[in-house]
Amino acid sequence: MAEKKITLEQVRHVARLARIELGPAEEEHLRADMDQILAYVDKLGELDVSTVLPTVQVGESGTPMRMDEVTNSPNAEAMLANAPARERGYFKVPKIIE
Amino acid sequence: MASSELNRLTIADAGVRLRKREISSTELTRACLDRIAAVEPRLHAFITVIEKPALVQAAEADRRLGAGDAPALCGIPLGIKDIYATTGVATTCASKILSNFVPPFDATVIAKLRAEGAVFVGKTNMDEFAMGSSTENSAFGPTMNPHDLSRVSGGSSGGSAAAVAADECLGALGTDTGGSIREPASFCGVVGIKPTYSRVSRYGVIAFASSLDQVGPFAKSVRDAAIMLRSLAGHDPRDSTCSTRPVPDYERALTGDVKGLRIGVPKEYFVSGIDPAVERSVRAALHHYERIGAKLIDISLPHTPYAIACYYLVATAEASANLARYDGIRYGLRAPAEDNIALYEATRAQGFGAEVKRRIMLGTFALSTGYYDAYYLKAMKVRTLIRQDFERAFETCDVVVTPVAPGTAFKLGEKMNDPLTMYLSDIFTISVNLAGLPGLALPCGYDANNLPIGMQIIGAPFAEEAILRAGDAFERSGAVTLKRPAL
Repeated sequence: MAEKKITLEQVRHVARLARIELGPAEEEHLRADMDQILAYVDKLGELDVSTVLPTVQVGESGTPMRMDEVTNSPNAEAMLANAPARERGYFKVPKIIE
Repeated sequence: MASSELNRLTIADAGVRLRKREISSTELTRACLDRIAAVEPRLHAFITVIEKPALVQAAEADRRLGAGDAPALCGIPLGIKDIYATTGVATTCASKILSNFVPPFDATVIAKLRAEGAVFVGKTNMDEFAMGSSTENSAFGPTMNPHDLSRVSGGSSGGSAAAVAADECLGALGTDTGGSIREPASFCGVVGIKPTYSRVSRYGVIAFASSLDQVGPFAKSVRDAAIMLRSLAGHDPRDSTCSTRPVPDYERALTGDVKGLRIGVPKEYFVSGIDPAVERSVRAALHHYERIGAKLIDISLPHTPYAIACYYLVATAEASANLARYDGIRYGLRAPAEDNIALYEATRAQGFGAEVKRRIMLGTFALSTGYYDAYYLKAMKVRTLIRQDFERAFETCDVVVTPVAPGTAFKLGEKMNDPLTMYLSDIFTISVNLAGLPGLALPCGYDANNLPIGMQIIGAPFAEEAILRAGDAFERSGAVTLKRPAL
């Protein structure tokens, strides 16, 4: 087996960045999957792209501008209707500041 | 035709009969709802069936048809992939994290279809967040292939493809990020088109990979796909990437004439690993094109072998950013926790399925400090090479014809434990998204098991008319007799 593309420690670090809690079995499973996929994507290394510009977007160039005007009307009840927890017209979350 | 078979009509035929008042939208919608009730227990193409509101829409469409005010899709029953925001109707993206989400607004294309008087019979099943090639990643269970219930419907828009193939609706909406319209269309034996990037608004379409995602229709004929695309396409101030180009009347482009059409045949798409039945069928279609006046031109798209590696870095990187919004604060699932960070981590752990986690993790890694240049930036550069391959090809040909997928529909569960093998089933569709091109999938034959085989027609940017004309000419030349699934 070739050297590992990603270690268990790196998987834990990435999971923290991605804000996903992983169990021990899930960590190992993901490490193996990511290792296999990263070994596959290594084939991009066969290409010399030192003089190639990256493609960020394939749409037509330019971003259209518009006037900064309010086009919707306030509807707090509709926006709060899907809230997992709410209180007096606000989204309710765990205490952030002591 | 018995009223119980109205659901088998094409959109074009139903439109004529609705306008002549030979049939009503209510009868047509009832026929689709009856079909849904009969086959859904075996097929599972829908996550939500919206029976009563559909009949209300149908009654309103009948009123408009009676008044002579009937746009193209007025009264036509459609399936809607569960990735489109629909006011007052659950929109889950086939994820536990959105299982209770009821949007307070319509996606732009939903609003357009509503304004035309289209009828929505239900929200169709899909891979969670459109991540998959088989619809097995749905949190609500897979969709079966109508031609063989032991096989997958393709993905991610498998529910829409199966619903159209099984005559549960006359057409359906899908989305396509790496093949998610074309591959299920191919597996289920129906027509699907992924338009040019930016041709159709994505406002209200739950985002997966924003530089690749595109909206498109499923239909029973190329003509129906053309009719639907005209209603969907066009500029939207709510999607800043959406093109301002005028929308052609795609149906008028369907002349049936392909004399002198230059069809590019890329050698990289006929390689070892492709199912011989698929290769035979697509090659036979190419010979048929020659007989009806087209010219075949050998071309090369040399960076094709790098497309999947490129895609799974670009798409996962974008997905990791897009899916950061699911935090359990404003909508969707929330897992109880003591503090905010723990709340996010537990909510996302419980709410996302295995494939979505895998892609978020891969994308986060590809964007993380120390790996960005080696993975994400490199992939964006390779994307340029893939795009340039097509630019060069379209200097010598008008359209490119390839298989849609290297094989026909595979068995349920066959690829579920091997993500990389599953990714490789997108090998012929992914480059089209990376290059932002339009791609049409249509049936071109069947294998020994009577499973449909799909052919892909790729065009230059905004050349939807050319690929639809080529597809329609093939379809109406009678080269293939379509088989209705025996359900």
